Amino acid sequence: MGKTIVEKIFDSHLKDNPSGNINVISLDAVFCHEITTPVAINDLVMRGKDRVFDSAKIKVVIDHVTPAKDSKTAMQGKILRDWVKRNKIPDFFDIGRNGVCHAIFPEKGFVRPGYTIIMGDSHTCTHGAFGAFAAGVGTTDLEVGILKGVCAFIYPESIKINITGKLKEGVFAKDLILHIISLLGVDGATNKVVEFVGTVVDRMSMEERMTLCNMSVEAGATCGICYPDEVTVDYLWEFIKDEFVSKDAALTEYKKIISDDDASYFKKIDINIDDLEPMVTYGFKPDEVKAVGMLAGEKIDQVYIGSCTNGRIEDLREAAKVLSGNKISDSVRGIVSPATPKVFNMALEEGIIKTFLDAGFCVTNPTCGACLGMSNGVLADGEVCASTTNRNFNGRMGRGGMVHLMSPATAAASAISGFITNSNLYKG
Amino acid sequence: MKNFGGEILFLDRSDINTDEIIPARYLTEITKEALKPYLLEDIKLDGFLPETDLLNKKVVISRSNFGCGSSREHAPWAFEVNGINVTIAFRYARIFRQNMFNCGMLAIELAEDVIDGIFNRFADKKASLEMDLENSAFVITSGSEVQKIEFSVSEFDYDLVKSGGWVNFADKRY
Repeated sequence: MGKTIVEKIFDSHLKDNPSGNINVISLDAVFCHEITTPVAINDLVMRGKDRVFDSAKIKVVIDHVTPAKDSKTAMQGKILRDWVKRNKIPDFFDIGRNGVCHAIFPEKGFVRPGYTIIMGDSHTCTHGAFGAFAAGVGTTDLEVGILKGVCAFIYPESIKINITGKLKEGVFAKDLILHIISLLGVDGATNKVVEFVGTVVDRMSMEERMTLCNMSVEAGATCGICYPDEVTVDYLWEFIKDEFVSKDAALTEYKKIISDDDASYFKKIDINIDDLEPMVTYGFKPDEVKAVGMLAGEKIDQVYIGSCTNGRIEDLREAAKVLSGNKISDSVRGIVSPATPKVFNMALEEGIIKTFLDAGFCVTNPTCGACLGMSNGVLADGEVCASTTNRNFNGRMGRGGMVHLMSPATAAASAISGFITNSNLYKG
Repeated sequence: MKNFGGEILFLDRSDINTDEIIPARYLTEITKEALKPYLLEDIKLDGFLPETDLLNKKVVISRSNFGCGSSREHAPWAFEVNGINVTIAFRYARIFRQNMFNCGMLAIELAEDVIDGIFNRFADKKASLEMDLENSAFVITSGSEVQKIEFSVSEFDYDLVKSGGWVNFADKRY
């Protein structure tokens, strides 16, 4: 019997099998941010164990509330900063060099095919786009990861989703993942790993694959995962060129972890996306999804373009195409947050930032802030936001606020009209 | 080991997420105790008033996919500092469930019809739960009504509860 990609990764990282189907695996990277890490740091200090298992494998960023908005968030940043210094952690991204964790860590080359990664953040599943096993965990798992370099998981079964056909113009990876979540349901992949395969995924950029994997947790998945291929190697080449004699050599090595043909799956699903339309959420759960056309005319107060789902350069490019030469509605507040300094810089050089400013958007620094209602665009009671983020939970972006999830193109079009609207990139 | 059992809070809805259990605006706190006043502040549940409905509650019983969404361990902590060390549901989101056991708390899963039965019989009454962890069973009592229910907890989860959580367990073993 063959193995799935995640079974191969687990088997090569197995450290202990304390009981039943529990596998304790060794970790190749532990990612940290300032919201979930400080309590772990304080507990380690209190236990007299203020140390890290391997400072080179710990990557740290301040991203959720940055710049600090008050004394409490300033203290969270300080705890993280001081800990990084004490433990001589080389890779730390503080203000001016910081970005949304799931955008900046891949950009820095910290994610590789076959890696095992945890972070105290549910959207850590994003990094599966590189053929890694990456899972969100709580602070206690994070604490043990920092101290011991291990984490416990149920040996995961996989759901294979084979995606064929061709995305219509104006339909994006975000629309596809919203559609997939609506098919699976919010707990349809709980304790499972979702493999995204097929010709559609093969043609996707790493950015699109990250959007796909990012929202797999909204169906309950432990991780979303794509097979490493030429696209993966091209993206990573600047970071791995000293490890391999050629791109082909890297590809040959990485392909060893791809699922075997005779691997067994919890479930296999085939999806053809030839007819897929731009999608949008309508309720308070990410599986409550309809075609944008069915919600057209719904009034909005704010548009937010950014986050670990859709704050990368390709996302900003699509939004800018729609905004170009237009002004956003007087009744809408537009906010765009490029996910990393690199994305911000590229957007500046390509004139995208000017397009956003000319349209009437507020351009913020890279941060997670508004997505979870912590800073930089919190909604008031009764307000509605068209957002490129990943969660439409009741009150997620501010108490009493409503969130509609959509692609950057749909968000940009909605900003112009003041209502949920299909973009002019979509011809139907 | 923590104390398990006491008066029950029924949360009659599926897919209760961790943003509802503890909103992100309170994630700026760096002590568990500071979360105490904010438990379930944003829950979407008709007629639920945290100020009165949480009083003296020690056990939560809910439906399916409990604790979905954000990985924040602040959700179990907010229960813990309010004296709630046990949750019972049909199914859990993975991270929330793991966080509960990692803190030495109990996240018990029961079959859907058993959960339905508990809701039908006790949800509109004042009911309390007595835990017999050794024998993987608990008893719910409301006035003269008594129901014993058996459950299963994996060996690993039980070890975490006995150890007082994952940090203690892992520190000894790895």
